[in-house]
Amino acid sequence: MADLERSQRVTNISWLAKRNSVSKIRTAMRKAPWVSVVILIVFLVCGLFGTFIMPHDPLKTNFTETLNPPFWQEGGSLRYFLGTDYMGRDILSRLIQGAGISMQVGFIVITLAGILGTVVALLSGYLGGWVDTILMRITDTFLSMPYLMIAIALAAVLGPSKNNIILILVILGWAGYARVLRGEVLRVKEGDFVRLAIVAGCSKTRIMLRHIFPNIVNTLVVLATLQLGIVIIMESSLSFLGLGVPPPEPAWGSMCADGRLHIFNAWWICFWPGLVILLVVLSANLLGDWLRVRLDPKFRQL
Amino acid sequence: MISGNVIEVKDLKTYFFTSRGVVKAVDGVSFRLKEGETLGLVGESGCGKSITCLSILRLVPRPAGRIVSGEIIFDGENLLSKSEKEMRHIRGRRISMILQDPMTSLNPVLTIGDQVAEPVRIHQNLDKIMVREKVKEMLRLVRIPSPEVRMREYPHQMSGGMRQRIVGAMVLSCQPQLLIADEPTTSLDVTIQAQFLRLLKEIQQQSNLSMIIVTHDFGIVAKVCDRLAVMYAGKIVESADVRDLFNNPIHPYTKALLNSLPKMEVKVDKLFSIEGQPPELHDLPPGCSFAPRCSEEKEICKKAYPPQSVVKDGHNVCCWLHT
Repeated sequence: MADLERSQRVTNISWLAKRNSVSKIRTAMRKAPWVSVVILIVFLVCGLFGTFIMPHDPLKTNFTETLNPPFWQEGGSLRYFLGTDYMGRDILSRLIQGAGISMQVGFIVITLAGILGTVVALLSGYLGGWVDTILMRITDTFLSMPYLMIAIALAAVLGPSKNNIILILVILGWAGYARVLRGEVLRVKEGDFVRLAIVAGCSKTRIMLRHIFPNIVNTLVVLATLQLGIVIIMESSLSFLGLGVPPPEPAWGSMCADGRLHIFNAWWICFWPGLVILLVVLSANLLGDWLRVRLDPKFRQL
Repeated sequence: MISGNVIEVKDLKTYFFTSRGVVKAVDGVSFRLKEGETLGLVGESGCGKSITCLSILRLVPRPAGRIVSGEIIFDGENLLSKSEKEMRHIRGRRISMILQDPMTSLNPVLTIGDQVAEPVRIHQNLDKIMVREKVKEMLRLVRIPSPEVRMREYPHQMSGGMRQRIVGAMVLSCQPQLLIADEPTTSLDVTIQAQFLRLLKEIQQQSNLSMIIVTHDFGIVAKVCDRLAVMYAGKIVESADVRDLFNNPIHPYTKALLNSLPKMEVKVDKLFSIEGQPPELHDLPPGCSFAPRCSEEKEICKKAYPPQSVVKDGHNVCCWLHT
């Protein structure tokens, strides 16, 4: 009897909790990776409103203030917070401007590659047969290409520019989505609800878009978040090699490259962009992981 | 409707062309079903029950499976001569189907309301408010408490029985003439089974729906079916009204199936079972396919398949013991 009462009380409480959306949001928020979110928000703000917050003109050289260290070191000043490079350009301003470039490249690439990959995955996974064979062989081809090699070759052919970087990364990036999402489509399409939808008279397009796509969005979002990190690293690598965004525009990768010559006497030139790349990529990955758990409908009721 | 039959299947043959040979999953099945009647299809696993149902909807798994010959006359029209587009118009609107597992029959990321509304949206030209009303009406019909709340919820918030009733609401939302239920209650527990069957029966009486129920449960057959067809290795071996079949089974396979049911009044240690396995469908013996397992096997049984003979009006059997 006591047990029964207790279980009733417990169900009442859980029922209340379910209805109480405020507490639901609170629980969700408590587990969110706040550090990552804050870093990514700072990244986004810098990317979007960089021109308004940067303390100096990132392109303006000042040969009286070359190789200034960060403010806490001897010879550093609060005016050049994180120091200056060998041409006397303010590193903080350049980082902020670089955030804009990384953000643009990152988001455009994951969006375009995501769309392309999803379309291929849906067609290939759902239609099957020869469509699947052809699309998957193409995907295999793209997956087997040595990522950086091809990127370097393409960049050399197309010439360094922001648009070309985006094009290259989309070409190389979509196959990853297509492969993973196709697996998801195969899993989802075996579900009875898809068969029931066929029985109900749904067209193939409707089944793909309305029944299968929502079931793979979780994976897509997680993949895209993780890809954001990869794309930023790729962009930085290409810029580091001088094949990315052409100077004088300050991409993080090219800033690292600039600092190589001075690494022993002015560590800050490549340290800061390197640190920023690390933080943004790590945050994107952590957020991706958290989203993976949160987006599962079974966790929504927690 | 000249003959009063909702559906008439004539000599349906659905074969699968595999690397191991031709699998005759459905091999010359014929039956007919009147308006408001319920047909039970029983038989062991793999005897072609489900493929028969899928054939009616023209959803045989491609490319291996193909309907080789036969006719499926639904409401006076042959479904096998319809185009894919015309079939889409029939599926869900005039012929519906309930699948075995309610746990996976609903899309986990769409709300109940959206899913029940789907067939209505596809097949009927109704505006949003009308669709909502229709959904509520359907949910009420299948006894879902407080439909306004429930239609905003997701499948994982429902129990198995509720989910199956929601599937019921979905498939019945366009008032089909024929409902095919492929083992609709196998994954539900016994009390829920009874409840769901009673509900189906009630809805059937209200709307004069015809049903084909695939099952291996004779309890269900006795409860809801009017006619019964026993399938073995892709063929219907005996068909009759439920009462006739229970009282006077002719085919040894039917007898054996009925014998396998435990009886309330007799205490037994070991349940009766039919010796052996059903034959491989790509390698059928030339004669009666049940002969190797039959207790009353005769010489002729191994040589030729028995013709259909009439026991009494509406009771047909294919067996050499009754010719």
